[in-house]
Amino acid sequence: MKELNTLTIKTARAGLDKKEFTSVELTQACLNRIKERNPELNAFITVCEKEALEEARAADKIITSGKALALTGIPFAVKDAICTAGVRSTASAKILDNYTPPFNATVIQKIREQGGVLIGKNNCDAFGHGASNENSMYGAVKNPHDLTKVSGGSSGGSAVAVADHMCIFAIGEDTGGSIRQPASFCGVVGLRPSYGRNSRFGIMPMASSLDTVGPFTKTVEDMAIVMDIIAGQDSLDATTVPDTVPEYSKTLNKKSKIRIGIPKEYFAFAELNKEIKTVIEEKINSLKKQSYEIVDVSLPYTKYATAVYYIVVPSEDSSNLARMDGIRYGARKQEGNLFELYAKTRDLGFPEEVKRRILIGTYALSAGYYDAYYKKAQQVRTLIKNDFDEVFKKVDVLVTPTSPFTAFNIGEKSNDPLAMYLADVMLIPAAVSGVPAISVPGGKDKNGLPIGIQVIGPRMGEEQVLQIAKQIEDSLQKQTFIC
Amino acid sequence: MLTIEEVKKIAKLARIDLTPEEESRHADTISVVLDYMKILDEVDTTNVEPTAQVTGLSNIVREDITHECTIKKELLAQMPQVDQNELVVPAVFE
Repeated sequence: MKELNTLTIKTARAGLDKKEFTSVELTQACLNRIKERNPELNAFITVCEKEALEEARAADKIITSGKALALTGIPFAVKDAICTAGVRSTASAKILDNYTPPFNATVIQKIREQGGVLIGKNNCDAFGHGASNENSMYGAVKNPHDLTKVSGGSSGGSAVAVADHMCIFAIGEDTGGSIRQPASFCGVVGLRPSYGRNSRFGIMPMASSLDTVGPFTKTVEDMAIVMDIIAGQDSLDATTVPDTVPEYSKTLNKKSKIRIGIPKEYFAFAELNKEIKTVIEEKINSLKKQSYEIVDVSLPYTKYATAVYYIVVPSEDSSNLARMDGIRYGARKQEGNLFELYAKTRDLGFPEEVKRRILIGTYALSAGYYDAYYKKAQQVRTLIKNDFDEVFKKVDVLVTPTSPFTAFNIGEKSNDPLAMYLADVMLIPAAVSGVPAISVPGGKDKNGLPIGIQVIGPRMGEEQVLQIAKQIEDSLQKQTFIC
Repeated sequence: MLTIEEVKKIAKLARIDLTPEEESRHADTISVVLDYMKILDEVDTTNVEPTAQVTGLSNIVREDITHECTIKKELLAQMPQVDQNELVVPAVFE
């Protein structure tokens, strides 16, 4: 039989329900994998070994009694910037080193109510600041396909945990690309939902007008299963929309008439690697053969998105992170007067990139600069959003590369913040517009590193995004089979 | 171009202690980032409304009712310093 930890949600569910194996065996297989691989990969900050096995034993009783729910007995992992009741949640920053939230984020609560077994908390860039997972105060996360490469970020640990089969699925956050980019670098499926689709209650806020919570899974089918559980309005997050949530797993294989747009700007970036371009073009051809209509489209404001993002995000960051002050929870450096307490606590508790973001934000919002930076960025944001509104009158989804390159070397961009910011160039436009986007594996480059394909849809258009992602995944499996 | 003096000023506003080396590194790297932002000057934004959020929702309210807090003990356990179930903070006025 296949190693249990390599199963998907769907195959694990079937095996558990048929009593082919127990949740204790499945959970132990994941824990063994973590023991074997985590010292090298550094994907977990906290592993809940004892608690997970206890939960698995309880799950086995429920399964035996025939009352299993969608996720009963299935081990999952969570980015450490998302609150998990009774389990330490550091956001990968020392300021929260000893922080144990007394409550669950809404998405975690929903997964727990469906029986998910929490196996541990994943390393990430501190407070979600980064595109390589090198900005963690608990060390960098390594790419399982090549240990000299980054995992991507900021939800790098979660992508690695799924890619390396340390869990069955994981939950991360995507503000500018923090789910899609590591999903692409590690070869798993990662979804940024529409802004307002999933509740953000209980995530450590970074940029509130952009933050989203979404899953990492091994297949698109699993993605639909998790979204069916976590999507929907939440009275604890006033930005969630009241729209009815479709049943994604039921409509996944529907072959709707979907028009696919290819935005020329995404293929014009000078950094775009030729191998990636070829892989995407092959996939587009294969979609064409399946009689999907392919349309060339343009999103003229694409190139301004990164500049907009790196004004809006640090501004909102600097305000959100003001709560990390050493007063009510987390670390406190008790030294000198109140000012010194704040300044020293924040100095010791934040890594360099978090400080940089707070400084940029404080500067952009300060008197005399607000109009030139924040307001200007928000105006250009309108134009980028309008681009998407217009293009989605003509097509149903867009297909692009997820990243202009595959996973880069550890250390390659860590001393050059602007180069790191520009790594998310293909991910940020969808984020500032609040539209859903998925990264699905599309193949590998000549060095064996995964290449991700991004499918972007209109607001609340997760259904067609998942359908096209499934088509891409299926064509890849056929291809792999032939090889 | 951001000067060391400006970095010192914003670090003070943001309540972050920085070493002289950090001040100099932040001045350099933030200057590069701010320079990149100039690309936005190419865009004509006359009469363009700023976008602060994308949902179109407004005035989302809930009933103003109190709930019993069931996690008082856990919340107290997270506080850096507690005395008789109260959070201890340093003096605000000197």
